[in-house]
Amino acid sequence: MSRAAVTRRRASLPYLLLLPAVLLELLVHLVPMLIGIVMSFKELTQFYIRDWGAAPWRGLENYRVSVDLDAPVGRDLLNSFFVTCAFSVLAVALCWLIGTTAAIFMQDAFRGRGLLRAVFLTPYALPVYAAVITWAFMFQRDNGMVNHVLHDQLGLVDEPPFWLLGGNSFPALVVVAVWKTWPFAFLMIMAALQNIPGELYEAASIDGAGVWQRIRKITMPSLRPINQVLVLVLFLWTFNDFNTPYLLFGEAAPERANLISVHIYQSSFVTWNFGAGSAMSVLLLLFLLVVTAVYLLATSRGRKSRA
Amino acid sequence: MNGLRAATAITLLTALTATGCGGGGQAGGAEAPKTLTYWASNQGPSIEADKEILAPELKKFEQQTGIKVELEVVPWSDLLNRILAATTSGQGPDVLNIGNTWSASLQATGALMPWDAAAFGKIGGRDRFVESALGSTGAAGSDPAAVPLYSMAYALYYHKKAFADAGIERPPATWDELVAAGKKLSTGGKWGLGAEGSNLSNNIHQVFVLAKQHGADFFDATGKADFTSDGAVAAVKQYVDLMATDKIIAPGNAEYDKNQSLQDFAKGDTAMILWQTAAATLESHGMSPDNFGVAPVPVASGTPGTGRNVNSMVAGINLAVFKNTDNLDGALKFVNFMTGDEEQKILNKTYGSIPPVKAAQQDEAFGTPALSVLRETLATSAAALPQVPAESQFETAVGTAVKELFADAASGRAITTELVRERLTKAQQQMP
Repeated sequence: MSRAAVTRRRASLPYLLLLPAVLLELLVHLVPMLIGIVMSFKELTQFYIRDWGAAPWRGLENYRVSVDLDAPVGRDLLNSFFVTCAFSVLAVALCWLIGTTAAIFMQDAFRGRGLLRAVFLTPYALPVYAAVITWAFMFQRDNGMVNHVLHDQLGLVDEPPFWLLGGNSFPALVVVAVWKTWPFAFLMIMAALQNIPGELYEAASIDGAGVWQRIRKITMPSLRPINQVLVLVLFLWTFNDFNTPYLLFGEAAPERANLISVHIYQSSFVTWNFGAGSAMSVLLLLFLLVVTAVYLLATSRGRKSRA
Repeated sequence: MNGLRAATAITLLTALTATGCGGGGQAGGAEAPKTLTYWASNQGPSIEADKEILAPELKKFEQQTGIKVELEVVPWSDLLNRILAATTSGQGPDVLNIGNTWSASLQATGALMPWDAAAFGKIGGRDRFVESALGSTGAAGSDPAAVPLYSMAYALYYHKKAFADAGIERPPATWDELVAAGKKLSTGGKWGLGAEGSNLSNNIHQVFVLAKQHGADFFDATGKADFTSDGAVAAVKQYVDLMATDKIIAPGNAEYDKNQSLQDFAKGDTAMILWQTAAATLESHGMSPDNFGVAPVPVASGTPGTGRNVNSMVAGINLAVFKNTDNLDGALKFVNFMTGDEEQKILNKTYGSIPPVKAAQQDEAFGTPALSVLRETLATSAAALPQVPAESQFETAVGTAVKELFADAASGRAITTELVRERLTKAQQQMP
């Protein structure tokens, strides 16, 4: 065997080893996505789901209906979109704030720190279904714990309010989502804090910097790269969250808490119009791609200019 | 060289397992005819209870035919989605239970085997079944998509003691009487009537019957949605008004969707409920059958009958054969077994439902005071929900509208005719 041939073999080996992963990636990720996009151009209703091939092409009709703001479908989608945006911004901000605060408090060693850390991580470790169903029970109007405390014990409200119906469903949803996700922010920030050299803090306190100044001038800038990824990931997760609203509200979520993932589920599975549901999903995908791209561009440019 | 071979092997293996995953879900081809997969719906107090109830019957079937039935009891929250997934992939059970109101919707997908005369011949003929139950097996004029398995009907369940304490001598027969009784009973933290405001299907069942009593239908003769007729609006308003103006339903019931109203009734917090075939569930909540009475659901005036005096939907479970089955012969044998007189008596007795098979229905076990009300209702004054392909969408759209109206009523908002019409208009716009 010539030396060149051996080198060529050597060079091709890594690609060959990658092949299974690439094939699987295609199979479980890319192919379903492409099928979803194809579906969005078809009239895939209950009459055709048994034989997709027979479903007639609709061109851009599904998209037209989804963004037609004069019709109820488009208006509902837009409403759901705004609710989701408000929900995501609020939930991500709270998750980040609580996570960072807790991580900073946990930075210095004290008795019981390990235990407290473990307790903080519990919501993240619990199975989503069990956790959210428990919240649903706690939010019940007549027998729930939330109203028991607010109304029966503290007497803060005259009438026990509904949490799973009407306007209050939005704060209820935010509370559960934040409760479920903030430990992840906590975990990431905590890890990042370990990488900040202690000398920096020592030098700062010798220079007379107070707690706030140390946090502002040392901690926050050092966390920047982590924050960049953390906020993006939190946003994508929250925006796409399906389990929380579905388990809290069931198939028909109240208008004020009608997150887009549930809305799309309802448009496809409950009304059996998978074409329209796919078109909405593709629109959502496009939106998230744009947000991600703009976000990454903006944050990395900011970093470059500062460097 | 060795590395290369290993890598190739890994690639191949992965490819093999990957395709293996895609093909799963059905008993292998050649030896298949000795097994059947059966998806049962949750009829008893729990999934486990259903398994225990059905296991000995399936054993019996295996002894008679040598066919082993693999049972899966699917919860109601998953059943329709599981059927849709099975329809899409073509990989599903051989025989399955469906809610009888889904018959026309699922019939339109073509996933279920049509029951033509030949198929009926294999299970003793169409005539064995009660006509009203056959009315809820698919669109009129086409072969049924399924055969009736268990029949149920709505009735008024009431607390005998609460009635006696309030001096009410007999169960209300008209809505005026029901409201009057409800007002007497709604005192001291107790309420006259229970409702399940966030349960979309239950909302539909109630307003469907009320619409009939107002001379209206939610679909016109051509199968087009017609949710905003005066009768339909009046029906929905009448139902929500039981909470909003009559105040005989507790506001908290607006968020009920997990049969909490049955628990309230069993605990004695509410004095009446309108429910389908509730006796078995009430007993499982610890109620003695002596403590509650069963009466026909009220009508506007007169006695239950046809036309404007309909007082129940034809509720029930149908048994369908999945068209993609690789054991059609076995599947038909199984349907024949389950709809046989003997099994019909055993299963319907256990579940507290009424057999849709004429011969079995005459058994004296179904002549108790509680069950004879249901049997009578099915025979004389029950109507089938619209047998149209869009039935499933109708349940979601109108069910949600009623849920939202209950939420409004619970928070003290006035339920006007305009508001009801507005919500129903929105529901209608969501229909295909």
